[in-house]
Amino acid sequence: MLISYLNTNSAAFQLELDTRHDKYERLVKLSRDITIESKRTIFLLHRYISAPNGEEVLNESEVKLDAVRRKIKQVAQELIGEDMYQFHRAISPGLQEYIEAVSFQYFIKTRSLISIEEINKQLVFTAEDREETTNMTSTSQDKQPHTWSLKVTPVDYLLGVADLTGELMRLCISSVGNGDIDTPFELSQFLRQIYDGFTFIGNTGPYEVSKKLYTLKQSLAKVENACYTLKVRGSEIPKHMLADVFSTKTELIDQEEGLS
Amino acid sequence: MSVSAMFVALQGALTADQDIREEIRKVVQALEQTAREMLTLLQGVHQGAGFQDIPKKCQKAREHFGTVRTQMESLKTKFPADQYYRFHEHWRFVLQRLVFLASFVVYLETETLVTREAVAEILGIEADRERGFHLDIEDYLSGVLTLASELARLAVNSVTAGDYSRPLRISTFINELDSGFRLLNLKNDSLRKRYDGLKYDVKKIEEVVYDLSIRGLNKEATGGVGGEK
Repeated sequence: MLISYLNTNSAAFQLELDTRHDKYERLVKLSRDITIESKRTIFLLHRYISAPNGEEVLNESEVKLDAVRRKIKQVAQELIGEDMYQFHRAISPGLQEYIEAVSFQYFIKTRSLISIEEINKQLVFTAEDREETTNMTSTSQDKQPHTWSLKVTPVDYLLGVADLTGELMRLCISSVGNGDIDTPFELSQFLRQIYDGFTFIGNTGPYEVSKKLYTLKQSLAKVENACYTLKVRGSEIPKHMLADVFSTKTELIDQEEGLS
Repeated sequence: MSVSAMFVALQGALTADQDIREEIRKVVQALEQTAREMLTLLQGVHQGAGFQDIPKKCQKAREHFGTVRTQMESLKTKFPADQYYRFHEHWRFVLQRLVFLASFVVYLETETLVTREAVAEILGIEADRERGFHLDIEDYLSGVLTLASELARLAVNSVTAGDYSRPLRISTFINELDSGFRLLNLKNDSLRKRYDGLKYDVKKIEEVVYDLSIRGLNKEATGGVGGEK
């Protein structure tokens, strides 16, 4: 019959579509898990400055980020033999959040910006335990590699770093509240470098990158204003009262930010 | 690496990406032009006189597909072969349009549905991803759905032109298409939306067939091509 073709092939088409959609859904779920755990890591890292033992906080954050990386490994495994870009929209939000978290941790440890190469180096995975290799069937063991890797794209990296600046701005405000008057100036300089970088890129990137520039500028302004206040008022107010000046300012800033 | 050095490198990556897209856009524009010419050519079958011309139009269209194949060869060279889906959005529309045109030509020639492999061959591309620049299954299905709309219109104009048998054959064809599609699980994306339009095409053709049958015109349809297959 004329178009029995479509009927006999519907099953094959259905299988192809279903397989694709199912994989997409699995990746969306992984991305959500990555987002949640990365966000929790960021909240944890904010406690670093006020924590009695900062080292402990950093260690705990490393444990959390290792867990996130295990999820990213699963993402990499799902993408074996696939065109990553077909599923990019599923995993991009999670990856951006992870980049934000890992670069935040890196900054606290080193006071510098983690490079995209360094991030990708940490996303090369091997079949670690024997359990993993014996779980694979003998046929898949032959075909599947024992290393998986995920490369974050330049755009995801930029978007993650743009979001990082928001966290650094919060770090600045809270560090002043803790009586730390050095960190704000460090942060100001650091953020300015990042801002300069984004200005250099300007509108030559995709729209989503350009959109972040506005928020980034606001974060930088808040930090610069905090430094200004520190400089001006720091001379006239005793250190222990400086915190009060900033606690009111912090309230104002939080109100401005609303639910962000 | 300093922050500024990092951003210079990133800027380089972004610029390189934009350059590739610019190259792709140029070829896609050429493809779109060819597609427009084919569409103008084939739309002529809806006119009364157009019906006799069908074989000639199909032949001309086939010649245009030669141009398409050349342009496709050029497109394949514009980006790394394993990054099809990175740039897929650029040619998705024109590819779906070309699938429709190929399926329309094949229908006019043989009154059958062109297979996915056959379309790929007509366009000079592969049928599956492993072998290179390929035709995505969703693009194939979208193009086929556009064919349904075109045939609904053709059914109407066939009657106007005095061909009372063609609508009946179109009706059978579209109904089978519909039942085939109903077996698929579609997500709420653009393919699904286009599929939702299929029922209106089915309805329109049913109305044409009804109009013919209550007037007994379908029995009149001895025509060159004969009655229902």
